[in-house]
Amino acid sequence: MTDLATTPAKGPQPGTFAYQLREFWHYFRENNGAVTGLGFILLITVLAFGADFIAPHAPHEQYRDHLLQPPVWQAGGSWDFLLGTDAVGRDVLSRIIHGSRYSLFIGLVVVTLSLSTGITLGLVAGYVQGPLETFIMRVMDIILAFPSLLLALVLVALLGPGLMNAMIAIAFVLLPHFVRLTRASVISEKERDYVTASKVAGAGHIRLMFVTILPNCMGPLIVQGTLSFSTAILDAAALGFLGMGAQPPTPEWGTMLAEAREFILRAWWVVSFPGLAILLTVLSINLMGDGLRDALDPKLKRS
Amino acid sequence: MIRFFLTKLDLLIPTFIGVTIVAFGFIRLLPGDPILLLGGERGVSPERYAELQHQLGFDRHIIVQYFDFLTGVLQGDLGTSFSTKQPVMEEFLTLFPATVELSICAMIFATLIGLPAGILAAVKRGTAYDHTVMGISLTGYSMPIFWWGLLLIILFSGMLGWTPVSGRISFMFFFEPVTGFMLIDSLLSGQEGAFRSAVSHLILPTIVLGTIPMAVIARQTRSAMLEVLGEDYIRTARAKGLSPARIIGLHALRNALITVITVFGLQVGVLLAGAILTETIFSWPGVGKWIVDSIFRRDYQSVQGGLVLIACIVMVVNLLVDLTYGIVNPRIRR
Repeated sequence: MTDLATTPAKGPQPGTFAYQLREFWHYFRENNGAVTGLGFILLITVLAFGADFIAPHAPHEQYRDHLLQPPVWQAGGSWDFLLGTDAVGRDVLSRIIHGSRYSLFIGLVVVTLSLSTGITLGLVAGYVQGPLETFIMRVMDIILAFPSLLLALVLVALLGPGLMNAMIAIAFVLLPHFVRLTRASVISEKERDYVTASKVAGAGHIRLMFVTILPNCMGPLIVQGTLSFSTAILDAAALGFLGMGAQPPTPEWGTMLAEAREFILRAWWVVSFPGLAILLTVLSINLMGDGLRDALDPKLKRS
Repeated sequence: MIRFFLTKLDLLIPTFIGVTIVAFGFIRLLPGDPILLLGGERGVSPERYAELQHQLGFDRHIIVQYFDFLTGVLQGDLGTSFSTKQPVMEEFLTLFPATVELSICAMIFATLIGLPAGILAAVKRGTAYDHTVMGISLTGYSMPIFWWGLLLIILFSGMLGWTPVSGRISFMFFFEPVTGFMLIDSLLSGQEGAFRSAVSHLILPTIVLGTIPMAVIARQTRSAMLEVLGEDYIRTARAKGLSPARIIGLHALRNALITVITVFGLQVGVLLAGAILTETIFSWPGVGKWIVDSIFRRDYQSVQGGLVLIACIVMVVNLLVDLTYGIVNPRIRR
């Protein structure tokens, strides 16, 4: 903190975005877990983008002579298939690498959908208030009355199984958290002086909502967004596992687990590695979320 | 206190009506004609179709149908399952004890480990122990429990052969259910080894279902304890010369528990969602597996009834938690 405060001449000036970013990084960096998480997510991102070049085999390529071959360090394993092969002779490692694409994609789509809809509904509820607010919040209560996975499952049954519908269902189920969070911050920000000042200066409702108030509510929303990213990946994998998400032969991690289920007592590797990939990805995102919360929460910062 | 209760109840009624509308809407929106599905592969003649339509009430106006459904729900009648021809309510009630038994065991497991671990982590803040507990807790929180279940099956059932893979009790034992709770029924039956068998079937599902609540309880207990330990009255207690055990166990824990109770309530939804996965993996004959099977069988009547019942359970438990909270912490009653 002191080196930042005593050397204002060096680096970006206070108040600029670059300065805020630098300050954020200063706090984020202190949390080892968060940095590890970030590192792992970057690795997954690289794997996802470069899957075609990095993966040793194509994800759907079946090697009929190598059915259920164990990983390289076990008797019977070979260097061609580092993590072994599945029941139809596909390389487990390559499928996991390709699967990272789906997980990141799912997280991104779900959070974007849920965050944008949730922010809009929450802003409207908190800003307009009255009967419209009551209606929106009651609908959110109804969504929250169902266990999230159950509601997602029924929604997918309604829309038809598949990755796209699974993502829509999960985004819908995550909605109440964003709406509640946005509404609460909007209500507390609305009466502040800077909002009144902006109103006096002639700002319209839309401008007040999205330009004046919203940026000041973003901190908790970013944290919730990160945590929802991991929930989205977990729930999508769970739906895939139950046969309602991505359909075989898509190399989605949850779907891979569902396909591998009947071989668990014969071939531990077909089950262990895809699940480990889910766990590590979700864990990294949650670690990062913790770091974000510490770095973005002004109350914790100064203590 | 009564006013506090009434305001909470007041919020619950619109939610309940909303839940029934959602559940009722699903069955009408789901793809596929339920009557054709009911007819099976042989198909239905037009006369039979009209008859069935009339019998199920599908020929009346949708609003009339909804109010019939709502009246039924309020009287505890949720219709008849398409696939088993049993009343939905009856099916749910026969399977529900299995889910409750599993959930209670999971919560006991989660509390027995999570609570002390969280308290110790707060007391030993910043030490290696604290970091380990928080690391394990975050891992547990991030766990895809369906994979966790499979992993435990590989280890304990496959490699070590200690525990069975599925079901509630070995097929060797048969007795009429008295309470519906296998642990109690097996003891009551007096058959040798029955209780042992029930316990061994219960262990893995309990661990799997209890993992996430355990992680959440440990985390929340730690942060609640940390907050309380910084308060003035704890300093006073220390200054008076009370033993650390007394300060932590009596003075601090009591106030920290308020937070923990809330966490408990919030876990009910998590438990029911977890039950869907856990019961599917272990073929546990509870409501979680039942509703998944009903969705796959397109047994809409059961799905509709199940949705209403499960949502009601979540709402009632949340109400109870709110009330407990009001009793424990008079400040929020207002």
